[in-house]
Amino acid sequence: MISAPLVIAVSFAYLLVLFAMAYFGDRRAEQGRSIIANSWTYALSMAVYCTAWTYFGSVGRAASDGVWFLPIYLGPTLALALSWLIILKMIRIAKAYRITSIADFIASRYGKSHLLGGLVTIITVIGIIPYIAIQLKAIATGYALLTHDSVDGFRAVHETHWFQDSTLYVALILAVFTILFGARHLDATERHEGMVAAIAFESVVKLVAFLAVGVFVTYGIYNGFGDIFSRIQAHPEYARLLSFEGASTAGYGGWFGMVLLAMFAVIFLPRQFQVTVVENVNEEHLRRAAWLFPLYLLLINIFVLPIAFGGLMHFGVGSVDPDTFVLSLPLSHGMEALALFVFVGGLSAATGMVIVETIAVSTMICNDLVMPWLLRSKRFSRSAHPDLSGLLLVIRRGAILIVVLLGYLYFRLAGEAYALVAIGLMSFAAVAQFAPAMLGGMYWRGGTREGALAGLLAGFGVWVYTLMLPSFAKSGWLDPAFLEHGLFGIELLKPEALFGLQGLDNISHALFWSLAANIGCYVFVSLMRAPSALEASQATLFVDVFKREGATATTLWRGSAEVRDLQQLVARFLGQGKTVRLFREYARQRGYAGINSIPADAGLVHFAETQLAGAIGSASARVMVASVAQEEPLGLDEVMNILDEASQVRAYSHQLEEKSRQLEAATEELRAANEQLKELDRLKDDIMSSVTHELRTPLTAIRALSEMMFEDPEIDLVERKRFLGIIVSETERLTRLVNQVLDLAKIESGHAEWHNTDIDMRELVEHAIDSTRQLFSDCGAELVVSLPEQAPKLLADRDRLHQVLLNLLSNAAKFVPKEGGHVRVELVSDDREVRVEVEDNGPGIAPQFLPYVFEKFRQGGDQRDRPQGTGLGLPISRQIIEHFGGRMWVESPPGRGACFAFALPLNKMRSDSADAEQ
Amino acid sequence: MGNKILIADDEQNIVISLEFLMKREGFEVSIAVDGEEAVDRIRSEKPDLVLLDVMMPKKSGFEVCQEVKADPDLAAVKILMLTAKGRDTEVAKGLALGADAYMTKPFSTKELVEKVRSMLAEG
Repeated sequence: MISAPLVIAVSFAYLLVLFAMAYFGDRRAEQGRSIIANSWTYALSMAVYCTAWTYFGSVGRAASDGVWFLPIYLGPTLALALSWLIILKMIRIAKAYRITSIADFIASRYGKSHLLGGLVTIITVIGIIPYIAIQLKAIATGYALLTHDSVDGFRAVHETHWFQDSTLYVALILAVFTILFGARHLDATERHEGMVAAIAFESVVKLVAFLAVGVFVTYGIYNGFGDIFSRIQAHPEYARLLSFEGASTAGYGGWFGMVLLAMFAVIFLPRQFQVTVVENVNEEHLRRAAWLFPLYLLLINIFVLPIAFGGLMHFGVGSVDPDTFVLSLPLSHGMEALALFVFVGGLSAATGMVIVETIAVSTMICNDLVMPWLLRSKRFSRSAHPDLSGLLLVIRRGAILIVVLLGYLYFRLAGEAYALVAIGLMSFAAVAQFAPAMLGGMYWRGGTREGALAGLLAGFGVWVYTLMLPSFAKSGWLDPAFLEHGLFGIELLKPEALFGLQGLDNISHALFWSLAANIGCYVFVSLMRAPSALEASQATLFVDVFKREGATATTLWRGSAEVRDLQQLVARFLGQGKTVRLFREYARQRGYAGINSIPADAGLVHFAETQLAGAIGSASARVMVASVAQEEPLGLDEVMNILDEASQVRAYSHQLEEKSRQLEAATEELRAANEQLKELDRLKDDIMSSVTHELRTPLTAIRALSEMMFEDPEIDLVERKRFLGIIVSETERLTRLVNQVLDLAKIESGHAEWHNTDIDMRELVEHAIDSTRQLFSDCGAELVVSLPEQAPKLLADRDRLHQVLLNLLSNAAKFVPKEGGHVRVELVSDDREVRVEVEDNGPGIAPQFLPYVFEKFRQGGDQRDRPQGTGLGLPISRQIIEHFGGRMWVESPPGRGACFAFALPLNKMRSDSADAEQ
Repeated sequence: MGNKILIADDEQNIVISLEFLMKREGFEVSIAVDGEEAVDRIRSEKPDLVLLDVMMPKKSGFEVCQEVKADPDLAAVKILMLTAKGRDTEVAKGLALGADAYMTKPFSTKELVEKVRSMLAEG
């Protein structure tokens, strides 16, 4: 036993630390150096999911149902794995439209409906107040356990007078804390940095405390996991806890139901929405939280089974409530300090939940219940209350106090009743009713206000009938007869076996029927009529939030307003100073000189409404803005047109982008093609110019000589003969030139005719040498021929190859020196190719000219002897050889003459040239 | 007459015909077969007129023309450029470089002789 003053002192000291944390967090936020702007704090704040109910209750559930405590944690893990699909979108929507609660989210989505917001708020309050009560009960129970002699003496707490009940004071302190850090001032974004800092801190405390008791039980009392699990197997009465089927009769359907329930809970519980969506600083943080938060859940669950089994083996069944094992085990082993620490951990879990849940619920009560009522009443006309921000704060604070006190009241009234014990999962099932309207709202444009209303009412009705009323009956507050025999004695209406559905646990059963009714009504009623203009525009804003980014919001409003009116309106709710700051910032961002130069356009109206939405909810904000702005209502057709236009424009601009990309590519191709054409054109010009030059040169001699002979009959015969000889040879040169130009053009354009036959290279080379023998003897050159006995035959055009050989041989003859000329001709073959080399001992080719030897009209050697050449022989020869898949090259080591050579492949040519023949 | 004329061309047959033509007209003729030889002969022989082919090995007619016109000692040497490339740009280039006249091949012997005579008469 620990003395009560000590427990109270420690608890209060701990709460003071929380105050300090929150205060520090708020201070830093004001200085702009946020301590919560990181994904670790974000993930830790999500762990507000683990309340006192699970802190104590997981062990209790494991002690009775084995692994069935797990779905409560598997659901969130799955939900976080899908966070990019649902949570990210919720964050984006909430940020874009200043949505601060689930009620506001649903109200805003379905046409900014007050009715929907109010209904969601009422469902939340009914579902959540008992949940708050259970937290208070956990604190009371823990306190009693620590301060009483007997571990089961804590029940006495409920017999004390309420003002002696320390739980009341705990509740009041929590309310004060919540007011201080949740409703100290009005903020259009409803973010509470100090509170988040405190919650993250609490998450650490409860995790460390739970791990501490886990380690104590597992390694202090027993010898590790293996020891505990092997010992428990020795107890036949606990054996069923170790198997999936033995632990519960719910089966896989029930398991699935539980996981689904917990998935919805971690997304739609008001406190989860608050920390995950509203308090989110940066969407990027979600990325790390998506594995950090599941990791947290894993850690806090590691020791659940060991503690449960340890407690069962230590106390046996029935003597001690398994929910208190985490406290009673250390206590019964004399570890009072540890027990106190664990109590503080439980206190963390409870207070964290109460604080965040209360803030979230009070925001809903204020914005979706009280404000609409106030705004409708005549007493709150504009002139009477110029500044409503003070009133707004009072409402918030009052709502917080009332929610906490209602929780305490329920705790006092319900006591140990079943209704309280079972409330954890019942709350989950209640908020699960928001799932169809929320998810449908984010992904389906067709949902309408009536559909959402019908779905929520139906789902909630089924929830009341199948879960809440039975729990009341089991608590003895109602006649349990309808449980046994159904309403009016109709068996089919038995609340826990509706329409004869059996084999599920009551929660899964209720979840199935409530969601079936909910989804059915939501979809069916939504489909009964087309969405109205406002619903359609909100649907588009929500569904397409990633595509539109608020731009459409301003296009969907038409009307006129005065800047002054809007500013006054916002100031009424947010205060004068803050409003001026907001409007200045707006002006600065849009590039206007000051507030007075802001145009009163749709953008400003949207801005004002968004700011108000943060403070009083979107539905009320719309009503208020409508009161100062002359709005021209848009018909459904117009809204649809705008939306269509917007999406058409988007699609169109997408197409345009695509087109422009294609155009760019095409332009690039064209440019390249044009470059190529230009290059070809330049080459053609060069060729033309060269050909012209080559034609004009012989013509010059022919014309000059013939003119002179024509004019002057006196020229003597010898001269005449010489001149006529020149004329003849120049004419031959012209003919050769024309033929070769045509020849080359044909080959290059692919129109040449090839007459392929089997050729004996040896015979062909000999033939070529015979044809040029006269040439060599004329210039006095010695001809050395080296031919193999036998050369392989190849398929090619005999005349063409003959032409190549003649060209090489005559070139050699042209360039050999007058004295001691020497030309070597060699034919070599192997199994791959036949090679012919023609080497002379002429002047050779200067290295700088080697690369140009095969270009057209490049002639080498002494120009005096040139009439023979056209400058096209080598280019044509090379084209011919390359046509047959061979290659032609020249080598000219300085001072050693030139060696022209070509090689023709043996195999390739047979197949290729057959095609080329045509 | 006795005017000295240098024929600078690498085409043997053209040289033969020009030499015959100029000698027949009574000029004193010397011959160069490439650009370098042309420049050397112009410097040493200081002909009155050069029949200068554009496309020559070693130095093109343009280079020869430029060199001659840059030398004050050779100011009296007249240059008649002959080219087988008939493009306007070639003509413009030759005249810009200081050639006194320009004819495209193949030329009329009568016109060439008249041109040569009129050029010599000017100076």
